[in-house]
Amino acid sequence: MSTPPPYAPPKPPFLVRLFDGVFLSLVLYVAVIGGIVYVAYNGSQAMGYNWQWYRVPQYFYRLTDDGFQWGEIMIGLVKTLQLSATAFGIALALGLLVALLRLSGLLVGSAVALVFLEIVRNTPLLVLLYLFYYVLGPIFGLDRYWASILCLAVYHAALISEIFRAAINAVPKGQWEAAKSIGMGQAQAYRYIVLPQSVRFMLPPMTGEAVNMIKSSAIVSVIAVAELTTMGRNIISDTYMSFEIWFTIAAVYMAVTLILSIGVSYVEKRYAHPE
Amino acid sequence: MNTVLPIIEAVNLDKYYDKFQALKDINFSVKPGERVVICGPSGSGKSTLIRCFNGLEFHDAGKLIVDGIEVFEGSKQIRKLRQEVGMVFQQFNLFPHLSVLDNLTIGPIRVRKMSKPDAEELARKYLDKVHIPEQADKFPAQLSGGQQQRVAIARSLCMESRIILFDEPTSALDPEMINEVLDVMVELADTGMTMVCVTHEMGFARKVADKMVFMEAGQIIETAPPSEFFTAPKTERCRLFLDQILAH
Repeated sequence: MSTPPPYAPPKPPFLVRLFDGVFLSLVLYVAVIGGIVYVAYNGSQAMGYNWQWYRVPQYFYRLTDDGFQWGEIMIGLVKTLQLSATAFGIALALGLLVALLRLSGLLVGSAVALVFLEIVRNTPLLVLLYLFYYVLGPIFGLDRYWASILCLAVYHAALISEIFRAAINAVPKGQWEAAKSIGMGQAQAYRYIVLPQSVRFMLPPMTGEAVNMIKSSAIVSVIAVAELTTMGRNIISDTYMSFEIWFTIAAVYMAVTLILSIGVSYVEKRYAHPE
Repeated sequence: MNTVLPIIEAVNLDKYYDKFQALKDINFSVKPGERVVICGPSGSGKSTLIRCFNGLEFHDAGKLIVDGIEVFEGSKQIRKLRQEVGMVFQQFNLFPHLSVLDNLTIGPIRVRKMSKPDAEELARKYLDKVHIPEQADKFPAQLSGGQQQRVAIARSLCMESRIILFDEPTSALDPEMINEVLDVMVELADTGMTMVCVTHEMGFARKVADKMVFMEAGQIIETAPPSEFFTAPKTERCRLFLDQILAH
């Protein structure tokens, strides 16, 4: 008894296989990155830039006679994280409120929410910051730190409220009906049935918003809040190492936001339930 | 001998969706323990009618009293009413983020303020009644359609309501799963539960119904006990409908 040869599906064309292979991809990748670095390096050489990377680590941490000390960049980073986290917390609460107002079906509720959304959406972030610092600041006695937190919170609350609204609307109507039919009220239906299900829909865009929040927090450096970007500017005005420091600051932002995205993808798995 | 007060009483109900009249002058009553089957072509207002009974929809004219509570939009009693009137949906509408057990206990715990152990005991009792005690820890999506619908029935039972409404409970099921759901419904009928079922399962209707209702175009065309309804329908329209769904 001879077994027939196993059937092999036809192979994809040679060029497709070549460009899909790991080796060529790696070579292309290295070539592109190398090219960019080479051009940047050559450019800076041509303008006679004096690279001083060895002076950068001291701005992360220092080992002095007094022992270990965090450097300016790390202090700025902590401030940036504090600022963004506080602002994000407020933005979540405010965003949920605005979303619920819009979904409430009450004329007043949706009107208030719409006016808020349109004002925030159609004002540049920088102008909004100036408004909070120079106008609302003196009126309500906000210092520069809280003015920036509230500005960022309000700005992102507008976007976050849309994420909430879309995620809540993505829960099928039948879920509401089932919740009501066992006697739940509106608040209970939201809390136990609808919001837990909408978390799944909102986690990916919400992560995007958190990343955006950290990035847009850099703008508060214009009112001299001592966060990461401000620290970078200060270091540069002391040392004139603008290339090294801006590269470093960008890398620190990128590291933080990447870690955040990876962290959330783990949380996402927790909220997954069998489909 | 007609001294038992009806548990559901609808008088001259009208219901509009914009200009479309979904219910026209409905007069209808159900006595405690009675099993009523409502049938009729699609779009005839059957679902709308029973959705009015637990306040998922509201009528625009007429009077509706369910379990002693007058039903109208904005009534403060609606939540109390819904605890007494269970509903089983065509699409099951189980809570996909909760295990089967949590689907059953969330109502008793959050609405009836029952303790968790008591609620779980209750839930297991009713899971037994619908013959799937072993599925307690699974998620709805891991069950077959028939099992899901039986969980949905158990979920209503856990609220220990006095009436259960069925809105085409077997229409979304694969044929081989219809019977397991109907069997549970027959057993439920045997316990004396008040049931109002919108269904086209005429075998089930023959077996359990005390009263058959035929609706068309938002009106009740005919009401009769099943013996008369199936053998000698009074209206031509009803006879035609029965011929069509009993033809094979």
